Amino acid sequence: MTQKLEPVPARLRLPAGLRRFDPAVATAFGCIVALLLVGSFYSRSFLSPEYLLQQFQVGAFLALVATGMMVVVLLGQIDLSVPWIVTVGGMMSTAAAGHGAAGAALAIPFGVLCGVGLGVVNGIGVAYLRVPSMIFTLGIDAVAQGLMVLRTGGSAPQDMATPLMGQLATGHAILGMPNAVWVWIAVGTATVILLGRTTFGRSVYAIGNRESAAYLSGVHTRRIVLLAFALSGGLSALAGTMLAGYSGKAYQGMGDGYLLPAIAAVVLGGTSILGGRGSYLGTTAGVILITLLQSILSVVQMPDAGRQVIYGAVILAMLLLYGRSSRVGG
Amino acid sequence: MKDWQYRLRGARTTLSAIAVFIVIFALYAAKHDGGFTGNVAQTAANKGVLLAFVAIGQCFVVLTAGIDLSVGAVFILADCLASTLVTGSPLAVAFGVVAVLVAGLACGLVNGLIVVYGRLQPIVATIATGAIYFGLALWVRPEPGGDIDSNLADAVTGQLPGGIPSSLVLLLAIILLVWVPFRRSVMGRAVYAVGSSEASAYMSGLPIRRAKLLAYGFAGLFSAVGGLMLSFITYSGEASATNASTYTLNSIAAVVIGGVSLFGGAGSAIGAVFGALIFRTINDLLFVFDLDPLWQPLFLGLVLLAAVSFGSLRLLRIRNRLELFGQ
Amino acid sequence: MTQGLVQGVPLFQMSGISKRYGGVRALDGVDLTVEAGRIHAVLGENGAGKSSLIKCMSGVVQPDSGTMALDGRPIRFPDPAAANAAGIVCIFQELSLVPDLSVADNVIIADPPRRFGLIDRRRQRQLAEEALARAGASDVHPMALVRDLPLSRRQLVEIAKALARRPRLLILDEATSALTARDVTTVLQVLKDLRASGMALVYISHRMGEIAELADDCSVFRNGRHVASFEAGTRSDAEIIEMMIGREYSHAYPPKPPPVPDDRAPVLEVRRLGWAPRLSDISFDLRPGEVLGLGGLDGQGQRELLLALFGVLRGTTGDVLVEGKPVTLSGPSEAKSTRQGIALIPEDRKTEGLMLPMSVGANLTFASLDRISKGGFIDRTAESAAIAAMVKLLAIKTASPDLPVGALSGGNQQKVVIAKWLMRQPRIVLLNDPTRGIDVGTKQEIYRLLRRLADEGAAVLLYSTDYAELIGCCDRVLVLYDGRVVRELRGAAITEEALVRGALNIDVATTQEEAAA
Repeated sequence: MTQKLEPVPARLRLPAGLRRFDPAVATAFGCIVALLLVGSFYSRSFLSPEYLLQQFQVGAFLALVATGMMVVVLLGQIDLSVPWIVTVGGMMSTAAAGHGAAGAALAIPFGVLCGVGLGVVNGIGVAYLRVPSMIFTLGIDAVAQGLMVLRTGGSAPQDMATPLMGQLATGHAILGMPNAVWVWIAVGTATVILLGRTTFGRSVYAIGNRESAAYLSGVHTRRIVLLAFALSGGLSALAGTMLAGYSGKAYQGMGDGYLLPAIAAVVLGGTSILGGRGSYLGTTAGVILITLLQSILSVVQMPDAGRQVIYGAVILAMLLLYGRSSRVGG
Repeated sequence: MKDWQYRLRGARTTLSAIAVFIVIFALYAAKHDGGFTGNVAQTAANKGVLLAFVAIGQCFVVLTAGIDLSVGAVFILADCLASTLVTGSPLAVAFGVVAVLVAGLACGLVNGLIVVYGRLQPIVATIATGAIYFGLALWVRPEPGGDIDSNLADAVTGQLPGGIPSSLVLLLAIILLVWVPFRRSVMGRAVYAVGSSEASAYMSGLPIRRAKLLAYGFAGLFSAVGGLMLSFITYSGEASATNASTYTLNSIAAVVIGGVSLFGGAGSAIGAVFGALIFRTINDLLFVFDLDPLWQPLFLGLVLLAAVSFGSLRLLRIRNRLELFGQ
Repeated sequence: MTQGLVQGVPLFQMSGISKRYGGVRALDGVDLTVEAGRIHAVLGENGAGKSSLIKCMSGVVQPDSGTMALDGRPIRFPDPAAANAAGIVCIFQELSLVPDLSVADNVIIADPPRRFGLIDRRRQRQLAEEALARAGASDVHPMALVRDLPLSRRQLVEIAKALARRPRLLILDEATSALTARDVTTVLQVLKDLRASGMALVYISHRMGEIAELADDCSVFRNGRHVASFEAGTRSDAEIIEMMIGREYSHAYPPKPPPVPDDRAPVLEVRRLGWAPRLSDISFDLRPGEVLGLGGLDGQGQRELLLALFGVLRGTTGDVLVEGKPVTLSGPSEAKSTRQGIALIPEDRKTEGLMLPMSVGANLTFASLDRISKGGFIDRTAESAAIAAMVKLLAIKTASPDLPVGALSGGNQQKVVIAKWLMRQPRIVLLNDPTRGIDVGTKQEIYRLLRRLADEGAAVLLYSTDYAELIGCCDRVLVLYDGRVVRELRGAAITEEALVRGALNIDVATTQEEAAA
């Protein structure tokens, strides 16, 4: 044959195991190490297992939200309904908990199911009505808020979290590791399998890369988008039920602090906001990075102002380092 | 078709926003207990213009097919800056006002530089800069408080002779002084062209980069005008995270309700202003109809969803399914 | 005006221009001389190098070697703006209009008249109306949005936009392709008027009738080379077509088996298929073992026909039967199902065929995930086996199936697209110009593959813009013109001349008259 192979970039010639470790994820982990070192200059306890486990426990809530967000971002969409779906998860599960033994047993599934329901509506709007996800999920956020305000009368609900919810969020049932971390591990493992080993995961990446090509390959692209939003809703609600367990009850605005950090974690982990590219390992790194950054900034008693500035500046610097789009206008 | 028909068609979305606003506001005014007085108008106007200014800012960026999630933070930063700078001698007050506006413009230009030359996606870039701007706001005003020149504040938020709310006059003046010339300038045309089709704009030799920079700069500037108004209304500054995110998200809702396309290239700041006023008046409408105020957020959400889903009717006309994936 | 007769210095001259895109040589040392006050027609088949030529002329791309001269002085164009400034304006096939701006805004987009720094709308409108009138589009309202105009009107606006720049040399690339017959008459008159005013025009068109009516000079291109230039009217249509197609046959095609008997049951029957306004009244049968070609000029409905058969188009009329049973094709997922067994190798592999950043393996199995998974879980062993089999079958050159498919050469990318569908072992294979822009070696492999598919019992429907390919590969060819089948050619009757004549639809009338007589 007369043709020549085009030269393969050096990065691509690495063996498969190393190639998976893309530069964004490597940079994110590098930043985690750097953060820990910086922290350990301030206090020895930064490298202690207790401190790290505690950070993982706190980070687990963000991790759940970021997992759902990542799947949606891989599609090239975004889910801005996180704040109130988290709250719906918390409030609905505690509400169910108030209905006797059966209610208590079903508290968590019920909360999660409510989140899935809202996610399905997001999916219908984005996949079938083709409304930009940025605005449709915003509307669902407002609707979720509206429903919760109606239910609770605008004040903190009196329902208490079930013991199971508390256990899940704060207990240490196995090997002294926080249960929240176990949940994170379980969800994370499931997501890795989902994205890497199933037709659903393959389709998510394909749609994010080129929806028209995925459609012409005979994939039900709309169904996949719908499922992804349902998953995101469910995971946000799960984070909400655990958060309610953590504080003993649900409250207004409990999900407010999760939207932007979740997007930041996903993007810092190397997932392209345009969709199609990203690994769950990267999102995990992003979650740890954000959690540690927040923790260190509070431990060194940095005033809130400086914390915000450094937080934004670090994210921006890292994005400029490796998150620049090469697909301008594309 | 006649000229006026084309004008009507071009302004269709803006005009429908205006019409919807008039209906809603008429209902509101008619049902208001005290009837339609200067005071009612003043309160309504003051509430409405805050979001209106931020929405104008958002509109510029959305016209280029971008998005600015830092407008709320700039809005709050301007409020906090104003509560420390806009006080003292008339000269100091004047300097303070200018400083606040310049700060807002600078924030917007930084966003623009990052998007244009840093090649970051607008959504993530402005999330990050938003955190920075909000941090600066907290640094300026860690605790709520501060002071504002009350003469200026009263003048801007009060009533002109005849009961006309002066904030509304200010809004109108800014639209006339900025938006109308912008719409007729080469740069204004470039902003629309970039949002409508960046490739065609390039082929036609338009200044793409400068157009985007200008749009983000204006977004910062107008958010700062909104923040300044907030400090005039509250006579103080407060670095409220809730307000920042509420105003960011509401500004997106306002531009969409006002008929600005999130895909860029279509809509107008006037539509965005009325989108903001509609959004605000709906709140008050529920109040005067004696509906439980608890229904408010749900109602707002449903209105927003209905407004955006309405556009999906266009899908019925698509005959080649590959076109669904265009844009 | 006597400018055109002054045989001093030509307005614009290109000599020895060459241009390569990657491994493909688009232009090979071509010359062209354009005189003021004359219309210069550029002729050639699809892929002869006409578009590359005008891209060099108008500064969109820069030639690798060769020189250009304007008024006898050497000149270079780093970008389109520089060419515009020098008075060379090109109207491309891909429209460059901004859809959300008004017609007037678009026509006067480059340098609008200003008063006090702002655009003077009244003056702009005057200028736009003048330009529209000169382009024969006075019926287009200057305030209408371009988005709302039909394609034919947009093309006229594009011409007006070019005229508003007051060019000395105007290049028109298929500027009449979307126009109605009446508009064409108007445009031709406009071009004649422009010529009379001393403007130089370069005119690219596939419509022989227009060229005969307009051109003063003709240049024929073939395979990136300049074949001949001559004064219009000095060569017959037949001679010109001969020049366009008279290329050495460099492609080796596999031998064709004896024709499939007409009484073999067709696997696909299309009955009066229509999709207004692009397709109308299309009927044909496709039998197992057959390679059926679709010919005609680009954009005569071939693409739509393939999409319709793959279930992508809504609102088609007529019937489609697969193995004798009427089917409703609701979309690609239904079309590819085992029941129908249809595969489509789409037109643009980068946007419709492949997910470029994803691995070769993931792309190969993506249309067949249902076959290699259980309960939604991908069977990795089965997947690697399927990938390995396809890489071997099509000799896809990749260091590893884990590489992103975007890192492969164009030819290998195209093989991946084809392999992706062969994995499903389809009964009906639809191909939309599968060899465009790929190297000769891979082309030959694809030809052999198509024949083998047919020999193994599949039915192949191949659209190609390369007539030689249709002749070499196909047992039968349907020539489309304006969304209709205007001719069916079989066996030895598939010649370049017959294809070109059919594509230009020039002697249908005569044959019909002959038949009547």
